[in-house]
Amino acid sequence: MEALKLKDLYDGFRDPKVIKGLSRLIAEEAKKLSKPINIMEVCGGHTHSIMKYGLPQLMPDNINFIHGPGCPVCIMPKERIDHAYILSQQENVILVTLGDMIKVPGSKGSLQDARAKGADVRFVYSPLDTLKIATENPEKKVIFFAIGFETTTPMTAALIDVVRKRKITNILFHINHVTVPEVMVELIDSRDEHVDSYNNRIDAFLGPSHVSVITGSKIYDKFPKAYARPVVVAGFEPVDVMEAVLMVVRQFVEGRCELEIEYKRSVTQEGNLKAQELIEKYFEKADLFKWRGLGNVPESGYKLRTEYAELDAEKIYKEILPTEEIEDHKLCICGDILRGMASPPECTIFGTACKPSSPLGSCMVSSEGSCAAYYKYGNLIS
Amino acid sequence: MNKTVTLAHGNGGLENNELISKVFYRAFKNEILEKSEDAAVIHGGELAFSTDSFTVSPLFFPGGDIGKLAVCGTCNDLAMMGAKPKYLTCSVIIEEGFSIRELEKIVRSMKKELEVNGAIVVSGDTKVVPKGSVDKIFINTTGIGEIQKKGISSNLISSDDTIIVSRDLGRHGAAIFAAREGIELTTDLQSDCASLYLQVEALLAAGVNITAMRDATRGGVSAVLNEWSQQSKVCIEVNEEDIPVSEEVKGICEMLGFEAVNLANEGTFVLAVKKEDVQKSMEVLHGFSNSENATIIGSVTDQYPEKVVLNSSYGTKRFLDLPTGELLPRIC
Repeated sequence: MEALKLKDLYDGFRDPKVIKGLSRLIAEEAKKLSKPINIMEVCGGHTHSIMKYGLPQLMPDNINFIHGPGCPVCIMPKERIDHAYILSQQENVILVTLGDMIKVPGSKGSLQDARAKGADVRFVYSPLDTLKIATENPEKKVIFFAIGFETTTPMTAALIDVVRKRKITNILFHINHVTVPEVMVELIDSRDEHVDSYNNRIDAFLGPSHVSVITGSKIYDKFPKAYARPVVVAGFEPVDVMEAVLMVVRQFVEGRCELEIEYKRSVTQEGNLKAQELIEKYFEKADLFKWRGLGNVPESGYKLRTEYAELDAEKIYKEILPTEEIEDHKLCICGDILRGMASPPECTIFGTACKPSSPLGSCMVSSEGSCAAYYKYGNLIS
Repeated sequence: MNKTVTLAHGNGGLENNELISKVFYRAFKNEILEKSEDAAVIHGGELAFSTDSFTVSPLFFPGGDIGKLAVCGTCNDLAMMGAKPKYLTCSVIIEEGFSIRELEKIVRSMKKELEVNGAIVVSGDTKVVPKGSVDKIFINTTGIGEIQKKGISSNLISSDDTIIVSRDLGRHGAAIFAAREGIELTTDLQSDCASLYLQVEALLAAGVNITAMRDATRGGVSAVLNEWSQQSKVCIEVNEEDIPVSEEVKGICEMLGFEAVNLANEGTFVLAVKKEDVQKSMEVLHGFSNSENATIIGSVTDQYPEKVVLNSSYGTKRFLDLPTGELLPRIC
């Protein structure tokens, strides 16, 4: 048998004929809908695919995407970026984080700015690469600024596991891992300050497949049952997203409200139990985690369990890490946008005070946010 | 603009252009500089004049090294103005402790590439600085070339032109990324690093009516197309499925979340050629091994002036933007 090539993993899922075919099917099914439906893709990876492949242009008028809060970089509040910034400026500290985290500005600047001022900030492709940095710099403290959803959490847990087993003493952790279901509940359930109501226009969710590879699809069980919102767990290729939209539309047409899996290639109901055990071993839920643009969301973030306090940079550097809250910009309406109640151009600071080069709200922070997408592709979005 | 220079200011994209226009152009402002061509056209349109400084890690990479790069880079800038590279200067800043053997290897490779271009180094300078002041070696080359055909300019592109790329995209950027420490990717991928004058010479000899040429270095083809669309105030429409990208480069892009159109090339150029000469250009380009897969990728329209539009094969379109920020892998 011929070895599997990388292109085998995506080629069929970008086939123009299949995409066009799905687009026709969605249009046909959508004619049977009694009212328009708004589908939130929770994850920034989905938003990226949707914008990159121009999928809204293939949708009938009565199907809209609402771009969700699922980008770990965008939702990082200024307070926590400031923590990273301050830690990076300590003597004998190397601050390590993942990819594009270093671009996002806090109140003091971004990690990129910190690096330009002489701080030792590095990015790694895998948290385990931190081990090499720590071995090569035994006289320095290496602080891993851990970010990401359920997908990257087990990798941080695996790093902690190695650090403990090998008794490595110069790696510390600043944990900012967040979880998907809790913020979905928040969007449905919380009060929207600007319109002073509990409204939202989210009719259905697309769940990110890679999160469910770890957690299983079970984390979404409650949404069809308790919140009357269908969920389809979908992959990231254009064919995946189109097929998932078709599945959502069919649920509405047929009067069903269920949890379905489009990404059957790797997602099961139970997920990766070993990864879940590892997360459970080292982390526990923090009471609150602040999301840029949304505020404090209960039980939506992880922290290190107290028995691992000696690895916790937040505790070790407590004296120098500020705790006061930094308010989101008063005029920012990210909360409304994320609930589907407003579109980016309705925001008074959109494109003026708030731009991709100087973002104020989470939706403008990276290309995965809806405001950034409107800013860049505005005249291609109807 | 930021108060301090960050790596994003060297990306060949948005921040880079901002730094150049707000700091350097503001101070040096003159008519020749403001044309923003690959090389300045001077001396009554007879000569092309260009400079480039080179720093690359690792110094020796699959398909080339900093020496070859330093000659190709400047000679290609001259060639893109339709000029034959003639005289180069060579300045090096070397870090204390650098190996003489490696230095000789670099210089040999420069010599070889000068021969390809038929150019000579006529002046130079060396500086040695204490350890840590530079990363191993920085090379600057400046070159003068004789213009073979006048009037090639990125400011004159119109709807009579067709857009061609000389080969598959992103090889240099992808090869350098894969060779960097920390990414253990095993690949046969080689940089496209090469001199382009021979192709240019053949195109001119065949009488091809070239409107503009630009080698797609930092910022890749998307930077070239965006700069062109702004300089010539036109819309450039590109068909995504026609953009040639090798399987290896595609694979690296998939893994790291990059787009091949944003990756650097060192021996790949974009051409705007009059429609009636497209056939002739393709025949010429296909006669060279490093442009044997030259492809027509797009056309010039007035749909969205000063924008580059990417059309997908399934009927959607999006703007292809100037790359922004430092090239960083996406998290998820």
